[in-house]
Amino acid sequence: MSSRYDRAITVFSPDGHLFQVEYALEAVRKGTTAVGVRGTDLIVLGVEKKSTAKLQEERTVRKIHVLDDHCCLAFAGLTADARVLINKARIECQSYKLTMEDRVSIEYITRYIAGVQQKYTQSGGVRPFGISTLIVGFDADGTPRLYQTDPAGTYSAWKANATGRNSKTVREFLEKNYTETSGDETVKLAVRALLEVVESGGRNVEIAVLRAGQPLQIYDEKQVEAVVSAIEAEKAATETS
Amino acid sequence: DTLSIAMDHLLGLVGKDYVLLIADRKVAYSVVALKSDHDKIMHLDASKLFAIAGEGGDAVQFSEYVQKNLHLYNLKTGLPLSTKAAAHFTRNELATALRKGPFQVNALLGGVDHSGPSLYHLDYLGTLHKVNFGAQGYGGYFCYSILDRLWKPDMSLDEGVALMNTCIKEINSRFLVGGADFTIKVVTAEGIRVLDPVLASSA
Repeated sequence: MSSRYDRAITVFSPDGHLFQVEYALEAVRKGTTAVGVRGTDLIVLGVEKKSTAKLQEERTVRKIHVLDDHCCLAFAGLTADARVLINKARIECQSYKLTMEDRVSIEYITRYIAGVQQKYTQSGGVRPFGISTLIVGFDADGTPRLYQTDPAGTYSAWKANATGRNSKTVREFLEKNYTETSGDETVKLAVRALLEVVESGGRNVEIAVLRAGQPLQIYDEKQVEAVVSAIEAEKAATETS
Repeated sequence: DTLSIAMDHLLGLVGKDYVLLIADRKVAYSVVALKSDHDKIMHLDASKLFAIAGEGGDAVQFSEYVQKNLHLYNLKTGLPLSTKAAAHFTRNELATALRKGPFQVNALLGGVDHSGPSLYHLDYLGTLHKVNFGAQGYGGYFCYSILDRLWKPDMSLDEGVALMNTCIKEINSRFLVGGADFTIKVVTAEGIRVLDPVLASSA
């Protein structure tokens, strides 16, 4: 029996802080931005594309991951931590399907992921996961959902949200500009929000769209450029008018 | 219960660009037929069929477990598992469970992937063989000789279906418990197609 891992690393400070959790949130704040916007018939995930090294295979650096046919996850923070959490979530999705003959609801899988994150703030020998996640998907009744989790294990549902660096700016933009949209309008809103903090151009953002009953659609560079051009055209039109 | 595992008739054959799997549709409880329209061929994924013979609970439990694990692999890697890999995974699960809590299932696993159509014969002891045609249950006693004589490589779907119909006729005339209906499914590069079941009353 190993007693070496009995000691907790995340412990309360005298004034009630869990510093390890707060430091984990700092790690999240250093990660590249991720934004999620819920539309009436689709959900859009957008992430800031980190510039890859010249010799690096760009397509292997992914920030948007599929958890199951109906549900996806984007994150900000430590990529390796995300990999572990995503693997656990994928297994849970199939395990649930095996026992319940039903797909997980988005709230269920969010609750599971948040539960894992919380467990790692109250267990011996481990540190919290350094990621916040945006979990999107459609429930069995076709309702689109967007949830966020954080290193503390808190989770809540959102109409639109952002995490990672400059997420405050993006969230403020969304608070000012969010309306119930659908289809391309939702995509444009997500991209506009991301472009507030990311250098303009399709090369720096990755967009993925999830529609009910369809696999996740990741926009290629041309499609992203098309959205960016449409946004810039609209901006020019409003400026001249 | 060794009787139920032998009483399920499963047959499969590999054709030019497809795998054809047929299974009888009866579920027996001792001497009572509980159901006569039970589908014993599970869709493991869009390009694999899994025909299972054996104890009701084990058959469902094991086949669903394999199906969900294949799905997990697909999600984790973004790639579908080859038929060969899926068959070997399945075999490994049977072999591991054998000396713990065995699954009393025999199966035929057929699929089409980048290397073409392939069919695998699995039994509850964890035996795996790649075959051109195969059978599980008493049906094999009557049909292997027919398949030996009439199967040839690269058969068209019509030829394959005709050969299976010959086998079905033989089972229904010579097997002690006659009057079996059969589920018929084909897997091709395009996916799985469920053909109309062959009903003993019409054959």
